[in-house]
Amino acid sequence: MATGAVGAVGAAAVAWPLINQLNPDASTLALASIEFNLTGIEEGQAVTIMWRGLPVFVRHRTPAEIEEARAVPLADLKDPETDEQRTQEGHEQWLIMIANCTHLGCVPVGQSGDFDGWFCPCHGSHYDTAGRIRKGPAPKNLVLPPYNFVSDTLVQIG
Amino acid sequence: MSEHSTYQPGTGVEKWLDERLPVVRFAKEHLMDFPTPKNLNYFWTFGAILAIMLVVQIVTGIILAMHYTPNIAMAFNSVEHIRRDVNGGRIIQATHAVGASMFFAALYIHMGRNLYFGSYKAPREILYIIGVLIFILVMATAFMGYVLPWGQMSFWAATVITNIFAAIPVVGNPILELLRGGFAVDNPTLNRFFSLHYLLPFVVAALVALHIWALHVPGNNNPTGVDVKSSRDTVPFHPYYTMKDLFAIVVFAIPFAWFVFFIPDILGHPDNYVMANSQVTPAHIVPEWYFLPFYAILRAIDFNILFIDSRLGGVIFFAGSIVILLFVPWLDRSPVRSGTFRPLFKWFYWLFIINFLALAYLGAAPAEGIYVVLAKITTFYYFFYFLVVLPFLPMFEKPRPLPTSISESVLGKALP
Amino acid sequence: MFNIKTLISAAALTAALVAVPAVAQEADTHATPHIERQDWSFAGIFGTYDQNQLQRGFQVFREVCANCHSANLLAFRNLAEPGGPHFSEEQVKALAAEYEVADAAAEGGVRPAVPADRWPSPFANDQEAREANGGSVPPDFSVLAKARGVSDPFPTWIFNYFTAYAEGGPDYIHALLNGYREPPEGFELPEGKYYNEYFPGHAIGMSPPLSDDQITYEPGENGETVPQTVEQYSQDVSAFMMWLAEPGLVARKQTGFVVLLYLFAFAGLLWFTKKRIWKSVEH
Repeated sequence: MATGAVGAVGAAAVAWPLINQLNPDASTLALASIEFNLTGIEEGQAVTIMWRGLPVFVRHRTPAEIEEARAVPLADLKDPETDEQRTQEGHEQWLIMIANCTHLGCVPVGQSGDFDGWFCPCHGSHYDTAGRIRKGPAPKNLVLPPYNFVSDTLVQIG
Repeated sequence: MSEHSTYQPGTGVEKWLDERLPVVRFAKEHLMDFPTPKNLNYFWTFGAILAIMLVVQIVTGIILAMHYTPNIAMAFNSVEHIRRDVNGGRIIQATHAVGASMFFAALYIHMGRNLYFGSYKAPREILYIIGVLIFILVMATAFMGYVLPWGQMSFWAATVITNIFAAIPVVGNPILELLRGGFAVDNPTLNRFFSLHYLLPFVVAALVALHIWALHVPGNNNPTGVDVKSSRDTVPFHPYYTMKDLFAIVVFAIPFAWFVFFIPDILGHPDNYVMANSQVTPAHIVPEWYFLPFYAILRAIDFNILFIDSRLGGVIFFAGSIVILLFVPWLDRSPVRSGTFRPLFKWFYWLFIINFLALAYLGAAPAEGIYVVLAKITTFYYFFYFLVVLPFLPMFEKPRPLPTSISESVLGKALP
Repeated sequence: MFNIKTLISAAALTAALVAVPAVAQEADTHATPHIERQDWSFAGIFGTYDQNQLQRGFQVFREVCANCHSANLLAFRNLAEPGGPHFSEEQVKALAAEYEVADAAAEGGVRPAVPADRWPSPFANDQEAREANGGSVPPDFSVLAKARGVSDPFPTWIFNYFTAYAEGGPDYIHALLNGYREPPEGFELPEGKYYNEYFPGHAIGMSPPLSDDQITYEPGENGETVPQTVEQYSQDVSAFMMWLAEPGLVARKQTGFVVLLYLFAFAGLLWFTKKRIWKSVEH
C-alpha cells in the first residue's frame, strides 16, 4: 500500500512538469502589461492594439454613443452591466475591451450590427456601444482587460 | 474463427525463423488464408482503402515535415516554398491536403456501411469502439494539420476550436491557456500542433492494428448479417479479397488524382492563402467540409437550457454527437444485424444519411433565417436516431425472415 | 451483389461529399454584382499559360502594380522557367541587374540583384507601406490570385468539380480592375477611398490603377499588335498573377494526364483479374 502511494506521488510529480510546460511561458507572460498613448484617436474612432497576443479595442465614443448605451434598461441585457461599470469614471468616452467575441473568439467588426456597436462575422453576435452582448450566440459582454489611466492621455493595460 | 494453421515451413531457414518469431506463419494466417465471407459487397472495400490512405498521409506528411517550418513568421511561406521550390512539392503537398478529404470521404462511407449492416453488434463491440476512437483521433489530427499552413482559416479555426474548451465551467480558461500555451493562438500553439500532428497518426496506426486484431477474432460481418456457418460460406482473403480491395483502391485513386492534379484547391478556401492575422477575422469562417455536420450541431444550440448557457449547450451537444457513437452497440436493441432485413429501419437509416448531409450543408450556410431552424431540426433528428429509433424501433418492427446461411442467400439470389 | 439501392446511395453519397464543401463559397458577397467568367487559356484540364500573355502581364505588373505591391515569393529566376513567361536567361539576368537588393555583406549594404534573388519590395516594411497608401497595406501579389475567389451559385459550384474550373481568383481580379464606378447616390464614400463595384464593402483604397494606352506593348514578331486597353491590361495582369500564384500549373496537369491514364488502365486490368479469380465462386 505505502509503496503504491509513494509510487503514485512520484508518477504525479513527474507528470505535472510534463503537462505544465504547455502553459504560457515566461516570454509570453512578460508581455503582461503595456502602456498606450491615447492622443491621436479622434472622437468616433477606434483602434485595435495588441496586449498579451490578444487584440484590444480602444474606442473613443461620441456623446451620442454614450447616451445610447446609458439609455438601455438593464432588463434588456443578456449579461446585465451598466455603462458606468464598463468604463472608468472621468474617462467615460474611452471604451477599452478585449476584441475577441465571447462566443468563440473571432474579432467583431466595429461600427456595425443592429446596435451600432460591433458585429461578429463568425456566428452573428451583436454588441452595443458599450460592448455588451445584445443578440446572437455569445453569452457574455466583451471582456474588459484590467487597466488604469496613468494620465488623461496615457492608459496602462494589464 | 480460430482455424488450425496450414502453414508448413518449406525450407530450413523458414523453419528456423518459425520457431523463433513466426511472422511468416502470422502473415499467412491473417493476410492470406483468413476465411472471409464470400458475399461482401464493395462497401466492404473501404477498410482497405482507409488503410492505404493512412499510409499515403503518413508518407507524404513525413516528406512535408522535412521542408516545413513550424514558426508563425515562416510557416506560411515554408508551405509556399514546398509548393514552388521543392521538387515535386506541389503534388506531394496537394496529395496530403486532398488526401485528408479523401480519407474522411472513405471514413464516412465505412461508418455508414457499419451502421446499415449492424456491424457494431455483438460480438464486434470492441472492434467498433476502437473504430470510433480512430475517428476521433483522425478528426483531431486533421484539425491540427489544417492549422499548420498558418493561413487565415488555419488561425481562426484554431481560435474557434480551442475556444470551445473555454465553455467548460470553472476549469475552462486554464484549459484554454494550457492548450494554446498563451492567451491567444500564437507561436507556442503552432509548435505543439505540429508536434502532435506528427505524433497522432502513429497512434492511429497502432489503433488500426488493434482494430484489425479485433476484426480477426469474430471475423467479418457480411451484408446478410448472418454468421458464417461453414467453410462453404467463406473464401480465403488472398487472392479473392486482396484483388477486390486492390481494384477498389485503384478506382478510389481516380477521383483522388483528379483533385490532386487538376483542382487541388477546390476543397479548400481562398482565405487560407492569406497569411494569419490575429486582428482581422475573415467574413465567413467555415471549417473544412468533413467537420461541417458537427459544426452545425455546435451552432444549432443558440438558446439557454435551464442553467446551461447557449455556448456550453452547443459544446455539450457537439461532444455528445460524437460520444454517442460509443454507445451505439447497446442503444440498438434489434436482434437482427443487417438493415437489409429490417423494412422500417431502412427508412430511418436513409433519413439519417440525408439528415447528416443536410447538417453538413447547414454547417456551411450562414447562421440566419431558415437555416437556424433547419439546423435545430436536423440536430434533433441526429440524436433522435440514436436515442429513440435504435432502441425502440425493434418493438414495432417485424423483420423479414433471415436466410439460414450466407450460401443460401447467395444461391437464392441467383434464382430469378 | 450490387442492387439498385446501393448504387443510388453510393452515387448520392459521392455527389454529396463532393458537393458540400463548395457550399462554403456560396454564401459570400450579397451586394456584389455577378462576376463574369473570362476565357482563360489556363482554365480547365487542358489549360496552359499563354507565354505572350504572361510576358505582357509581367510588363503591366512591373510598370504599374509593382510600384505599390510586393511579390515576395517571386524570384527573378522564376521568370525564365518553362511553363511561365519563359524569358531567356540573358533577359532575366539583365532585368535583375536593374534592381538593387539589400545584402548585409555587400559594400554599402546593397548590390545589384541576380536571378536567384527575390523581387524587391517597394516598401521597407508594412508600416511604411501603410503610410504611403492612405492607411492600408497593398496586399502582396505572390499568391493573391488564389487568395481571392468567386462564390458560384448552385449548381455551378458542383459543375466546377467536373469541369475543373478553379479560376475564380483571376476572374475576381479582372472584374475588380474594371469595376471602378461613380458611387451610387446615398453611398457614403470615406475620404481617400474609391468606389468599386466588386470590392467587398465597395470602398477600396486603391485608385483606378490602369488607363487606356498607359503601357506600350511591343508588337509581336510578325507585327501583330494587342489592343492597349484597360480590358486587355487587366486580362494580362490577371493571367500573370495566376501564374505567380501557381507557377507549376502546366507541369502539374501534364503529370495528371499520365497518372489518370495509368490508373484507368490499371483499374481495367484489375477488374478482369478480379473477375477471373471470382469466376468459380457463387457470391
